[in-house]
Amino acid sequence: MNTKSSRPAGGGRASMKRELPERFRSYRHVWVFIEFEHGRIHPVSLELLGEGRKLADQLHVDLAAVIVGSGRAALHEVAATTFSYGADVAYIADDPVLADYRNEPYTRVITSLVETYQPEIMLLGATVLGRDLAGAVATTLKTGLTADCTELAIDGERSLAATRPTFGGSLLCTIHTLNYRPQMATVRPRVMAMPTAQERQSGRIVEFPVDLREEDMITKVLDFLPDTANEAAQLAFADIVVAGGLGLRTSENMQLVRDLAQVLGGDWGGSRPLVQKGWIPAERQIGQTGKTIRPRLYIAAGISGAIQHRVGVEGADLIVAINTDPQAPIFDFADIGITTDAITLLPTLTRVFRQRLAVNRMAG
Amino acid sequence: MQIFVCIKQVPDSGQIRVHPVTNTIMRQGVPTIINPYDLFGLEQALRLRDRFGGEVTVMTMGPPMAVDSLRKALTFGADRGVLLTDRVFAGSDTLATSYALSYLIRKAGETWGAPDIVFCGKQTIDGDTAQVGPGIARRLGLSQLTYVSGIDDMDLTDRQILVRRRGDHGVQVLRSRLPVMVTMMEGSNEIRRGTQADALRAARAEIVQWNAATVGISDTSLCGLRGSPTVVKKVFAPTARDEKAEMISTEGISPSGMAEALVDQIFSRQPGLRDDLFRQAAGH
Ligand SMILES: Cc1cc2nc3c(=O)[nH]c(=O)nc-3n(C[C@H](O)[C@H](O)[C@H](O)COP(=O)(O)OP(=O)(O)OC[C@H]3O[C@@H](n4cnc5c(N)ncnc54)[C@H](O)[C@@H]3O)c2cc1C
Ligand SMILES: Cc1cc2nc3c(=O)[nH]c(=O)nc-3n(C[C@H](O)[C@H](O)[C@H](O)COP(=O)(O)OP(=O)(O)OC[C@H]3O[C@@H](n4cnc5c(N)ncnc54)[C@H](O)[C@@H]3O)c2cc1C
Repeated sequence: MNTKSSRPAGGGRASMKRELPERFRSYRHVWVFIEFEHGRIHPVSLELLGEGRKLADQLHVDLAAVIVGSGRAALHEVAATTFSYGADVAYIADDPVLADYRNEPYTRVITSLVETYQPEIMLLGATVLGRDLAGAVATTLKTGLTADCTELAIDGERSLAATRPTFGGSLLCTIHTLNYRPQMATVRPRVMAMPTAQERQSGRIVEFPVDLREEDMITKVLDFLPDTANEAAQLAFADIVVAGGLGLRTSENMQLVRDLAQVLGGDWGGSRPLVQKGWIPAERQIGQTGKTIRPRLYIAAGISGAIQHRVGVEGADLIVAINTDPQAPIFDFADIGITTDAITLLPTLTRVFRQRLAVNRMAG
Repeated sequence: MQIFVCIKQVPDSGQIRVHPVTNTIMRQGVPTIINPYDLFGLEQALRLRDRFGGEVTVMTMGPPMAVDSLRKALTFGADRGVLLTDRVFAGSDTLATSYALSYLIRKAGETWGAPDIVFCGKQTIDGDTAQVGPGIARRLGLSQLTYVSGIDDMDLTDRQILVRRRGDHGVQVLRSRLPVMVTMMEGSNEIRRGTQADALRAARAEIVQWNAATVGISDTSLCGLRGSPTVVKKVFAPTARDEKAEMISTEGISPSGMAEALVDQIFSRQPGLRDDLFRQAAGH
């Protein structure tokens, strides 16, 4: 059970027309949960506002930001930011109990917001926080939740078509929540484009009263140890990324990847098997279960281009693939390809780039 | 103490093939394994048993062949395995899965004692939603502790538990009260090699098998495909981006020649990037 074969796509029982029950027909508007922790908004929330705006426009409804935390001034400032990223409405739940993220009070507040204002779609980031919260909220509301989507669209019947990659090679699936509301989905950071902020936009603020007592909270946050800013964290935001795969044969050859990245002032990473082999640290993994990147230039050396890798790099402006196998799937989505030995080409490429940049330095 | 560990039998992803025409997964002959993320919970459970005593029960909902995974878990040292299997569960999404598992856990609790901790994997390698653990916690009223990188302390008399939890920007130190649902981070431990005695016991052990009725599910409309709000509408192969990649020719060309051609091509496609690179280089 729980397999593709028992969850038929089209044709089978699942495609039976399922009517939306009367009680859900009044559900309207698109909501985005805004992840606001330690004084900063997670970028994925702004990316979701961009995507949510498109869905809301198509449905002719409002886009709302859901802001949960503690401190009136800070939360109102967050609301102003969400307006500049396209929200029409901001729901604010402000209480000292909500200062640090905890599943219990956050789940309570979000579910009661949903029950009160009845949105048809609710989007969250597929982050640690978002995944922890979304599963609990969806179960409480007894509605459907599609995980880790890479594409969202509205079909002919106002239904959210949420597409996500599935295991085992080159497949995607589109999932609908036909007869429950809200339709919930999580989306990974950096999958959707970051919208540009519009100056001085305004919106409507709804302050949502919460009734929470710290004494009732079973889980207490005793401490928070922030991560020291490590350089690998920048990988997701780099303009140029060079990555290696199993085609590089040895862990020493990863140096060829790092050399090229360095000359280009870019960052480097690799496919998942390299993490499993211990050639690169886990935070350098690119793909579905690693980092999603959106660089201007992505160079993949000795990477076959499996779907789990592809979904992490597809947002790149230009993809260059170096692979000995002309049939490698990476050539299906790369912009420029070359079938040759990466171990030979990489150092040569580094040298050519260095020369061109040096010539220009002298000219400039 | 009573510890329950939820495990899922999954296809060994390294060996999955997709049928080129029908786009379905060809499972014939693909070996199955215990979802790798579940082993971090199992090892943590065994360590707690080593320290506090008690029993570790592994459980799964799946087809009859899932007994193999339970038996495998026994070879690592778990005390017993329970399989919930019934045709009504076919096609469950995560909501229907957590519904069935919550009945399984309740029934196991009535049989061997209520659990102090239920471990779930952080996520699976096939469905990969990370939604079932939170679903179970919610349905059973367990405190939810996901992405735990370490259990630092536990007190069975006070029923307190102290954990470190991996957040997006750092580590949260949390104190909570048993019973809890915990998902462990990968790499937080390594599954032990079971003893010879465990292997022998596992081979002979009787795996408890229950169905929907035995765990007390009377309303099967909340199970399987019928009880699943999500519907898979379409499964498809990703389309090629626009067209196939533009290939740089290699016939009789030296590596330097190829590299020059490649750089030309990159710069002509991305003149803005080229200018920025030149500007940066000049600035140094
Ligand atoms: C649930 C799940 C999640 C996953 N998540 C990720 C993820 O986040 N990121 C990820 O990358 N993978 C992920 N994977 C793994 C993914 O399916 C592939 O197995 C993996 O991406 C393959 O890595 P690779 O391309 O380096 O190796 P291979 O697929 O082995 O490809 C090596 C390539 O190198 C080429 N080659 C060989 N020699 C040379 C040479 N001398 N020069 C140039 N090319 C050469 C070969 O032709 C081949 O195409 C995941 C898998 C699963 C099941
Ligand atoms: C291609 C595809 C895409 C899917 N997408 C979605 C989706 O977006 N939303 C959705 O609701 N469903 C989805 N499903 C269905 C989902 O995979 C199943 O419901 C599955 O039973 C549980 O989800 P999971 O594998 O994601 O588990 P996760 O939630 O990732 O599992 C976490 C942990 O829960 C425990 N667990 C999970 N299943 C079992 C079990 N059967 N027995 C014992 N313990 C278990 C394990 O400890 C596991 O490590 C999808 C299925 C497929 C085939």
